[in-house]
Formats: sequence, structure tokens, C-alpha cells
Amino acid sequence: MLIFEHSKPGRTNKAQSNKTGPIPDSIPEKFLRKRPAALPDVSELQAVRHYTRLSQKNFSIDTHFYPLGSCTMKYNPRACNTLAMRPEFLKRHPSSDESLGQGFLTCMFELQEMLKDATGMSRVSLAPMAGAQGEFTGIAMIRAYHDARNDQARTEILVPDAAHGTNPATAVMCGYKVREIATKSDGDIDLEILKESLGPQTAGIMLTNPSTLGVFDRNIEQVSKMVHDAGGLLYYDGANLNAILGKVKPGDMGFDVIHMNLHKTFSTPHGGGGPGAGPVGVSERLIPFLPVPLIAQKGDQYQLLTEEDCPQSIGRLSTFMGNAGVLLRAYIYARMLGREGMKRVGEFATLNANYMMARLKEKGFTIALPERRATHEFIVTMKNETKDLGVNAMDFAKRLLDYDFHAPTTYFPLIVPECLLIEPTETESKEILDQFIETMSLIRTEAQENPEIVKNAPHTLPVKRLDDVKAARELDLVFTPGVQ
Amino acid sequence: MSEILGDLKYTKTHEWIQIMDDGTITVGISDHAQDLLGDMVFIELPELDTSYKAGDDCAVVESVKAASDIYSPISGEVIAVNESLTDTPELVNKEPYGDGWIFKMQPEERGEIENLMSASEYEEYAESEEH
Repeated sequence: MLIFEHSKPGRTNKAQSNKTGPIPDSIPEKFLRKRPAALPDVSELQAVRHYTRLSQKNFSIDTHFYPLGSCTMKYNPRACNTLAMRPEFLKRHPSSDESLGQGFLTCMFELQEMLKDATGMSRVSLAPMAGAQGEFTGIAMIRAYHDARNDQARTEILVPDAAHGTNPATAVMCGYKVREIATKSDGDIDLEILKESLGPQTAGIMLTNPSTLGVFDRNIEQVSKMVHDAGGLLYYDGANLNAILGKVKPGDMGFDVIHMNLHKTFSTPHGGGGPGAGPVGVSERLIPFLPVPLIAQKGDQYQLLTEEDCPQSIGRLSTFMGNAGVLLRAYIYARMLGREGMKRVGEFATLNANYMMARLKEKGFTIALPERRATHEFIVTMKNETKDLGVNAMDFAKRLLDYDFHAPTTYFPLIVPECLLIEPTETESKEILDQFIETMSLIRTEAQENPEIVKNAPHTLPVKRLDDVKAARELDLVFTPGVQ
Repeated sequence: MSEILGDLKYTKTHEWIQIMDDGTITVGISDHAQDLLGDMVFIELPELDTSYKAGDDCAVVESVKAASDIYSPISGEVIAVNESLTDTPELVNKEPYGDGWIFKMQPEERGEIENLMSASEYEEYAESEEH
């Protein structure tokens, strides 16, 4: 039920209303409302109950295990939130003088340095406001680099077929043609195909390592050399950075640019469309093109570098300092962990994934990938269950909801049929992982004995199985008050 | 196992090709491909009168599970597109080899067609691909 459907004309709550005085004369006529805003007429209690009920319908990391592979739904420590909400940060005006914001700028400078250290890159910009914008920034810098060298013949970006869909989308947004390259069945890039695909038209390659297949590409040094020899640059999608944190650095693998999803690896709020942060790190040759503002140290003061200081910069991605509140949370998280703590993040993300993979295999599930040790996620294929029992990956995913587990990622990556991509993350306990494994086993027993109960799941949620086809074919995203 | 028609040619990217009497070709996606992708919700057709090289992506099929590129099986010019898929994309699911055809092409050279897979080769390929 929508809050507008609780509405009764004239009902209101004076205690919560804004005190409105006369409208100041200084506001031009054209900016004034012609009629009052369409707000619901409800009491305070109605509003409280409505939104509390909605929040209780949510699956969230605060209430449920959320093994959504490739999305890294890990727990965000409360301390990050508490510290970032200090009034000294919240009340700082972005236009105030730099001398009055030295505390904030210190945090931003140190975050730049810590991310640089963790990734092995030469310099970091915190400006991008989301992972997708970080990707855009990365490819825009690759473009700026080739343009600055008058090398306009480079029109192609290589993307492996296991990549996140955002990779080819980013390349196209930056005006490049995408050439897809095949992944071998063990998850490594096919070097023969890579060799054939490289040439004077290659602007760069976009890689996720470890990949969405849950494996670390063993030939990365050779890939890096081949791409560089062809005159292209290497872009690192930081989606799975948590798996290698403190162990291997993208800079050492030969990457020229990396974006980091702070909401994944550095534990800032995640999901729901933002706010996000997608800082970029670059190798020496891309430093001039980094987006501004950058934070620099001058004597004992910190200052913001702008277009004047960085004339070759690709420019700004937002006003002021990007999503400053999100950056602060990541800073606090990194400070709490320290270098040793970051290593443990990578170790436990990997241990948890491998533990689950081994136990599910024991229970008779088919592991599609990886064939070798997993990094931070792995793929179960429900191909046999679909064929033998008529119960597919989506049915398992929906039934998990009845048992209070968020479903894993379904039907991604596209190259594995009937798949579930499972990523436990480092923040879950062994007990929770065991419960999930037992539940998967239980659902398979149900599928053998009473398949209908699985096929028609979920049964306990406020919304039952949706008609995906109808929803996609007859898309309707607009609610108009008063119109049913 | 899904249906594979004997008198058609196939690609590794799961398009089928029918050679017409006048030397033009009709292209669609195999029953196996539509089965893997699931219910279609949107088809982006190739542009009429446009030339593509073999392997160029020229159309998109979007299902409830995924959006996938359709690749031009050979080099040639698009001479017809199946407009009815705009309103009824489900034809690709219901009749992948019939009313669910996607586009027709005038081949640049006939030789390229010979390199495509036969039905039996495609059947073997589709099975081996299923890990």
C-alpha cells in the first residue's frame, strides 16, 4: 500500500509541519509553485507505521545473510557511520576557506595515500561519485592519453566475455568500439585470441582480476606485456579488490588505471542507488589526466588542486569533493583496519568462499567454476537439478527467501547455464555459512519430494513470485497520486 | 535437447542461417539459444540497407535474464528485418526457426556460408559448450 492511499483530505500533523512565514519578495514569480505540492494527508502515527512496516519488508545486510556474488554485500561497521556524522564534518560548508577545513582535507589526503598504497598505483583521485563513474573516468583518461599523443587510430577497447555489463557500456560511452574476447574454460584469458585481437586499433583492455568467475588470472603479467607492447593501456575493474587486498597490487600487475568501489571493498553504504564513491588510481603516465579536485600537501597545509594546477585533467565529475560523506566512511574503515587488517579482509573473504564451495560440493552440488581455488566467490550450476527435477536456479533463489536468506546472484555470469554466483564476504561467521549450506541441501530434498513448493516459492514474503515477463514488457514506473 | 533443423547452417554464437533460392539468407537464433536466454522482452533489429562484416554485432535480443548481441554470420547487406518482433518479441521463443526470424541479408560472397557449421556439427558444439 502506498502512503497516498492512507491519505484523507485535511488530515495533518501540525507538530511536524514546517513553520511557514510569508513568502519573501526576493523569490522571482517564476520559481513559485502554482499549486501546493501533492503530499499525502496523513497523521504522524500513520506515517511512522507506514515507513516502519516498509522497512520490515526489506532484506538487508543488517537483518539477513546476503551472498550476492559480484556485489559484495558485506557489513558496514557502525563506527564509520558514527564518526563520519560528527557535526564538524556535517556542518562544514564546501565553499568555506581551505584554512577552515584542514581536518577534513587531512582525512581526504590520507585516504588518497592509503588507496595508493593498497593498490600500488602512482596517484589517486577521489572525485568519481560511483563505481560506474569511476569506470567512465578511467576510460576517459585512456582516451585523453591517446589523444594527447595524437594517436587517434586507437578505436577499440577489449573486454572479456565474463566482464560486468558496465565495462562494455563504459567503453561505448567514451566513444570506443567494444571487442569481446573469449575466456577459456578454466577462467583465464585466451592468450591466442588476445594476440589476434590486439593491434594499432587497440586503445586498451578492461579486466576484472580476480574475475567474476572467482579466479585470479595466472597470466596477468603476460597479458599486461602483450597489451603494452601493442600500445594499449590496461584498465582494472576494482569490483573484486577485497579478494586480494593486502596480498597483490594491481599496480604491480601492470595496470595503468583502476577504479575502486569503496562501497564494496571499503565498506561504505551499498545498494539502493547511492550515494557511492569510485576513486581512481593511475600509473605514472596517466597522472596529468586525473579528474580534479585532487588534494595536495603544501608545507603543513592541505589544499585542493583545480583545473588551473592540472591543465590536462579530464575535468570535474561533480561539484566540490564528490560524495564527501562516503569518502569519510571509507577513510575511517581503512584507518580501523590498518595494513594488517586489510590483509585479513582478503584472507577471510577467500577462506569463507572456499569453505562454502567445498561444503556445497560435498553436499552434491555442481561447482561450475572455478576449477582451482576460488578467490572470493564461486559459481554453482543448477543444470542437473533443472534437467532431473525440473527445478531451476531461479526456483532455488526464490525458495531461499522463505528461509530468510537473500538469494545469490542468478544467471550471471552469462556463460554458465542455470548458475548461482555466491559470495559470502569476510564479515560472516561460520555458523551462518553452515546454515546456508544446510538450507541449500534442504531445498534440494524438497525439490525431489515436492517440487511444486520450490517452484512456487516464495510463500512467506509479502510479494509472491513476480511475472518478470509482464513487468519487462509492460514497464510502468510512474505513480500519479489519485490514479489507481 | 532442443530442436536443431537439418537443412540450416549455424554459428558458434547460436545464429541459424537459411539459404534462400535467390541466394539471399535469413537469420535467426537457434532453439537452444532461445531456451537458454528465456522469455524475450525486447529485440533491437539491425538497420536496413546497412552492411556488416562477418562477426559484427548487428542486433540485440533482451530476455528476462540477459541482453545478448546477435552477430552477423557472414559479410553482407541487410535487406529485410522482422518488424513484427518489435511488438511480439515472444515469437523468437515460440517459433525460433519460423516467424521468429530476425533479418535477411544479401551475402557479399557465397564462400563464407560454406565455413558455417552444419546441423550435426552445431549439435556437437552446443553439447560440448554445456561444460
